[in-house]
Amino acid sequence: MPVPYDKAFAQKLLADMLRIRRMEEKCAELYGAQKIRGFLHLYIGEEACAVGALHALTADDNIVATYREHGHALVRGVSMNAIMAEMFGKRAGCSRGRGGSMHLFDAATRFYGGNAIVGGGLPLAVGFALADKLQGKQRVTACFFGEGAMAEGAFHESMNLAALWQLPVLFCCENNLYAMGTALARSEAQTDLCAKAASYAVPTLKADGMDIVAVHEAMKLAARHVRDGLGPFFLELQTYRFRAHSMFDPELYRDKAEVEQWKQRGPLHTFSARLKAEGKLTEEEFLALDAKANAEVQAAVDFAEAAAWEPVADLLKDVHTP
Amino acid sequence: MKMTYREAIRQAMHEALAADPRVFLMGEDVGRYGGTYACSKGFLEEFGPERIRDTPLSELGFVGAGIGAALGGMRPIVEVMTVNFSLLALDQIVNTAAALRHMSGGQFSVPLVLRMATGAGRQLAAQHSHSLENWYAHIPGIKVLAPATIADARGMLGPALADPDPVVIFEHAQLYNMEGALPDDWRCDITTAAQRRAGTDISLITYGGSLPKTLAAAEQLAAEGIAAEVIDLRVLRPLDTDTIAASLRKTHKAVVVDEGWKSGSLAAEVMARIVEDCFFDLDAPVARVCSEEVPIPYAKHMEEAALPQAPKIVAAVMMVLGK
Repeated sequence: MPVPYDKAFAQKLLADMLRIRRMEEKCAELYGAQKIRGFLHLYIGEEACAVGALHALTADDNIVATYREHGHALVRGVSMNAIMAEMFGKRAGCSRGRGGSMHLFDAATRFYGGNAIVGGGLPLAVGFALADKLQGKQRVTACFFGEGAMAEGAFHESMNLAALWQLPVLFCCENNLYAMGTALARSEAQTDLCAKAASYAVPTLKADGMDIVAVHEAMKLAARHVRDGLGPFFLELQTYRFRAHSMFDPELYRDKAEVEQWKQRGPLHTFSARLKAEGKLTEEEFLALDAKANAEVQAAVDFAEAAAWEPVADLLKDVHTP
Repeated sequence: MKMTYREAIRQAMHEALAADPRVFLMGEDVGRYGGTYACSKGFLEEFGPERIRDTPLSELGFVGAGIGAALGGMRPIVEVMTVNFSLLALDQIVNTAAALRHMSGGQFSVPLVLRMATGAGRQLAAQHSHSLENWYAHIPGIKVLAPATIADARGMLGPALADPDPVVIFEHAQLYNMEGALPDDWRCDITTAAQRRAGTDISLITYGGSLPKTLAAAEQLAAEGIAAEVIDLRVLRPLDTDTIAASLRKTHKAVVVDEGWKSGSLAAEVMARIVEDCFFDLDAPVARVCSEEVPIPYAKHMEEAALPQAPKIVAAVMMVLGK
């Protein structure tokens, strides 16, 4: 299928995937240099999901994400400077250095985390949607989670509540096949995730999460359903993370051959190849986009380096509302 | 005006629902059933199913949804039937409600009110008799209230709803039928402890369902010429250490009464604060009366033996006074 977007939008999608990729490659490097500490979960390989999905939403929609959320935050419009500063633990970070990699938050873009309890964001998303319904707001709450979350009670309770009350929640499962090191088939009796969701009388759809066009089209359809007041929707994006679960993962649970096989389907090179074949991208344009992404990353690192540390005297701030 | 504790809770919720369209009540059997403890009887008819929202048995789900709704501009009152079932929602309360403001760098407050019944005394056995107020009082980011009087049952909900941060309200199940006069000035703060009886010989410090027992003990002590002061903590987090210290400076002796188990109890925290702040005011070691360290048994005589009772409080006072 040809890419059904004009050159500008197609390149925008590619550019955003590149921004995530280059930012996270730099994060891995900075982790090695001990500039970034704590847990760091990279999204590399899964970029088509966040980019394709978030470009199908409006600025007024709510986003709830997981601890693998750098890409979602960036595409949502949180500045790379603020994300990088957060990972450095600086006060200029999007969570003032109190959250770190797993807790990116941004009120301005309605980005509600950054939730590091697997499944923890789902009930929250139900609540946002309930508030919108009670206030008569036509807003979509998009909730991203991994397939690991579908073994949690929170998933089932949230699906049931959203379906029972017909709430505008878009449940977006990024199925990367491994819950940390546990393969889907080793943890779920029913490995057809859509079948699980469908048991709550919620419409479902599967899409190839390595193909940004498939993701974007599926998300548009799902968002329209939810926005039209037809109740919740469950979208499964089938994807794969190329890197380890976190920086402490020796990857003993999967074959290198499997990773290599998935890399063949990497969202960046497959999409740029398609665009080039269709005359929507030249190599020069690709290099320019890549250089721009790298420049943004370098500027973000410089910003984070130069940013101030929060004074320890402020330690007890923001536990309660003043 | 005379009323029950239950009626006081009901009136408080009614006032809030009538005054603010952002307020809604959500929980198991709050609507058609009228509330497990009948605190929302008649609400469904008056306010409708959108605002009096019956939930499935999904404590984790609907408490989390309450947090999301609070973030989304509403002022939810989420009723968890009892503290025992709140354990199923603990993740959302501790990891999300309490932490969100801080981990977002102060961007998001969670104006959520969680109400739940607590305590033993009705032969409901081990899984329906917990007093886990201190678990919640351990967590930075939430406020914990324990109304023990008709006035507090009526007055605490308003300021709890006005608070921009999560507030957990513990209603002791033994108190719902308690009857008393609602004073004209029932409006109250949710920051201070209260002196419920003045005295000079010893301070009895307690909260929630143990307050009536402690007052009964103070009455008995008065008959023996001992003037016990009774302090009702009211607010379990943050603790009002000033009121405790002021009482101790007067009486120089204290017994803490707490329905929680002794190990790691709220009583332990109060005693530690007394030692930190009032050590040189003390004339005797501080004592406590807590629940015995056993899951609460079913049989009536065994349950009574497991819980703080007025005679145990009196005995503890006598021990502290060396009598």
